[in-house]
Amino acid sequence: MQSPFSVSLKARAIACERGGRTLFEDLSFALAPGEALLVRGPNGVGKTSLLRQLAGLLPLAAGGLEAPGAAEDMPVSELCHYVGHLNAAKNALTVRENLAFWTEFLGHGDGDLAGALSAFGLEDLASLPAGLLSAGQKRKLALSRLFAAPRPVWLLDEPSVSLDTAAVKRLDDAIREHLEAGGVAVVSTHVPLRTKFAHELTLDFGGEA
Amino acid sequence: MSAALTLLRRDVILAWREGGAIGVALGFYLVVVAITPFGLGPDLNLLARIAPGMLWVALLLAALLSADRIFHNDYEDGTLDVLTTGPLPLPVLAGVKCLAHWIATGVPLALLAPVLGLLLNLPLDAMPLLVLSMLVGTPAVSFVAGIGASLTLGLRRSGLLLALLVLPLYVPVLIFGVSTVSAAVVGPGSPWPPFLMLCALSLASIVLAPIAAAAALRTAQR
Amino acid sequence: MTPMISLASPTRFLALVGTVVPWLSALVVVLLAVGLYLSFFVAPPDYQQGETVRIMFIHVPAAWVALGCYVVIAIAALGTLIWRHPLAAVAAKAAAPIGATFTFIVLVTGSLWGKPMWGTYWVWDARLTSLLVLFLLYLGLIALWQAIEEPGRAGRAAAILALVGAINLPIIKFSVDWWNTLHQPASVFRTDGPTIDPALLTPLFVMGAAFIALFVLLHLIAMRAEILRRRVRALQQTQVAHAAVAEA
Repeated sequence: MQSPFSVSLKARAIACERGGRTLFEDLSFALAPGEALLVRGPNGVGKTSLLRQLAGLLPLAAGGLEAPGAAEDMPVSELCHYVGHLNAAKNALTVRENLAFWTEFLGHGDGDLAGALSAFGLEDLASLPAGLLSAGQKRKLALSRLFAAPRPVWLLDEPSVSLDTAAVKRLDDAIREHLEAGGVAVVSTHVPLRTKFAHELTLDFGGEA
Repeated sequence: MSAALTLLRRDVILAWREGGAIGVALGFYLVVVAITPFGLGPDLNLLARIAPGMLWVALLLAALLSADRIFHNDYEDGTLDVLTTGPLPLPVLAGVKCLAHWIATGVPLALLAPVLGLLLNLPLDAMPLLVLSMLVGTPAVSFVAGIGASLTLGLRRSGLLLALLVLPLYVPVLIFGVSTVSAAVVGPGSPWPPFLMLCALSLASIVLAPIAAAAALRTAQR
Repeated sequence: MTPMISLASPTRFLALVGTVVPWLSALVVVLLAVGLYLSFFVAPPDYQQGETVRIMFIHVPAAWVALGCYVVIAIAALGTLIWRHPLAAVAAKAAAPIGATFTFIVLVTGSLWGKPMWGTYWVWDARLTSLLVLFLLYLGLIALWQAIEEPGRAGRAAAILALVGAINLPIIKFSVDWWNTLHQPASVFRTDGPTIDPALLTPLFVMGAAFIALFVLLHLIAMRAEILRRRVRALQQTQVAHAAVAEA
């Protein structure tokens, strides 16, 4: 299994602007190792934008983000696994090649290709080009990335889209194992999961939770 | 940096496998050079004189054809987002992808050029200088194309827009690249001064273009 | 995104423009009237080129503005990227078509001036060629502004392109000069003619001042139009957002 994590994630009064409009402001939360945050709200309210901000893909309009417990000069984005709506899978590479790339690129030598392949049971498909996979299998491939390299923060945006019930259960278990190992997760989903979320955040169109 | 090499290897393999792009660029190069004499007449002396310019211009156009794939594919399937969370600073990431474009497109085009030069009656003793000037100048082509590709990421008609934005920036490369070869074909003068300028342009592009491209990528990702 | 100075506020800027425009328009009219009179009636015809030298009084000031406008855009680009000044992107967007137009005027007047001298409407001399490339850079900026819908991204992308172009312009000028000497070792008529007779300097500077004032006037008006356009867009977006909330 993975060695335990000890990284917290703290957001201090962060705000988000897109296209000149303020989506939310003065949003704060603190996740200690082992805690997870569930993000809810109607479509278009800013859940994806929040996750992208945490991943470092969208700048913060205000406030700060920190990860106490991580190495000094490590930017927060390098502590995160970001699984967004898109699968980041290359059709021309095989499943194994896709995961091997992420293992080496994100891994710093700590990668675990075998673990990633078996996480969602993709071993049988390992030699197939990713372009041939079904939507659900591609989603599993995207989620397998979480196991390609150990990172303390998981940012999951609607992770269960296209997954069948067994896969959703596997995802649920994976999140719980990650939390037990001291990891931190921020998940945006409509699907009920058995994972216990220490914190919940509901965004609405007034600007705040 | 092993992450950079991993990415470079992946990009070159992808360019090779989604093989359409390299083949199309080479094919386009061949077609443009091949139809030129129909427009200009088969006078071999004339063709020999315009050969360096023609080969360079057609190479620029062919390289631009495949330029929007430098970032577009990764942007479209979400890979770019995940790459950004990796260990490479964004300018290095952009630079590696431009380098991959050079390896997968620039170098093959440069190596094909002498063959096409035969069609235009380029003197044989100018061929080595032709290939050399193109190998040295195509990094500038790929890296500047990277700026265009990052600025036009995800836009409609991005291929045409990219060419419009980037072609004026190629004027120096074109001037010095063609002069290097022309000096061998027609004279006057030595090819080495323009050749050194070409080297300088490529080196400057390799260093500076990724900075601009990274800024443009950040802008597009928001 | 705190404004740098109070002038940065669009509302104050609009008020400033409102006050300045009438005076500036009057100034432009006066300068142009004086300049044109001096150019066409007072300045002596050139002993070599005759009356056609008068085109210089439009061609050269237009060239100053064409280049100066790009400098304005480059500075505005720094304003957008480094200081995040809210009016910087507006300034850059408004300036690009104006710069393109002045560059076009330079090219056309250069061509008309050249016909009697060279016998053709176009030669690839260093000066005109560099200005042609400048024209293409302007077109690229305009095209990029048009292509990106979201104003924030458009502003930043155009700023990056403007700075890339600014860095390249000296290199392009140098390479075009070099290319020109390579291909035309014989002396070519410089487009501003042989050394300028002092009698021609006064009309030239008056026209220069007129063109610069004209540029400032047009730029302010264009910036105002752009600010108002953005306000309309913001109002429309608010309308859409309210409708979305009402539906939800």
